[in-house]
Amino acid sequence: MLKNIFALGAGSVFGLGLALSQMTNPAKVQAFLDVVGAWDPSLIFVMGGAVVVSFFAFRVILRRPAPVLTPGFLLPTMKDIDKRLVGGSALFGIGWGLAGFCPGPAISSLAFGHWQSYLFVAAMVAGFWIARIVSQGTIESDGAQEAAA
Amino acid sequence: MENFTPVSALLGGALIGVAAAMFLVMNGRLAGVSGIVSRLFPPAKGDTDWRLFFVGGLILGTLVYQAVGTPYEIGYSGGWPILVIGGLWTGIGTRIGGGCTSGHGVCGMARMSSRSITATAIFMVFAGITVFLARHVVGVI
Repeated sequence: MLKNIFALGAGSVFGLGLALSQMTNPAKVQAFLDVVGAWDPSLIFVMGGAVVVSFFAFRVILRRPAPVLTPGFLLPTMKDIDKRLVGGSALFGIGWGLAGFCPGPAISSLAFGHWQSYLFVAAMVAGFWIARIVSQGTIESDGAQEAAA
Repeated sequence: MENFTPVSALLGGALIGVAAAMFLVMNGRLAGVSGIVSRLFPPAKGDTDWRLFFVGGLILGTLVYQAVGTPYEIGYSGGWPILVIGGLWTGIGTRIGGGCTSGHGVCGMARMSSRSITATAIFMVFAGITVFLARHVVGVI
């Protein structure tokens, strides 16, 4: 029960951050990616802020023997830079550039009620299924096998 | 650069970092959205509830912003075929590549994971090239 409450809490803070930073605005994301056009560098600050805060927080947190609510930390174990990592990330980059949505903001933006994000999320979920079927459960995730990536 | 919004971007980013930290210290997991969501399809027994709560939170957080924050105009480019192709590639690519902007780009970078740093560099570069080609060469977005 507590795990669900904190999942809701973390998701909410995450979603608030995405909305405030306008990651939920595809035009803004594409303006960031459009380096040769009317470039808007704002989103560097989103990633910068998120990485700096989590970099220091993770260092403190991972000194603990275990998380508060679960027996152990679930962290990625893979180290190899393989074809799947490179090819999958390239494919994701193309999708992100085309639509201006990545997974978190796409889901958050469902709150705005626009058909565009519903269509994108439906296609993304179809993509999850396709990847799962094609690779027949061989997918390793950087969020550890059963954790988040 | 009239739309440059460094302050809200930095604050929003910091909130994302706080959320990732909260999730790691409490639940022991990295807040990677593509991994959290994709494992709902199909759902695994006993491993579904917290994922739904996290997803609900993502939407709730944006609803809270809508209620109290400064509104901004949201722009979508390209029609439904672009959104469908973009969604498919995003779903397939993040599963094969083991993460997205949050799992690799935030959590993985914060852990100085060489896999995540590589993945992030690749998806940023490919996204940039895609916007260049789709906007300035082909003109579809």
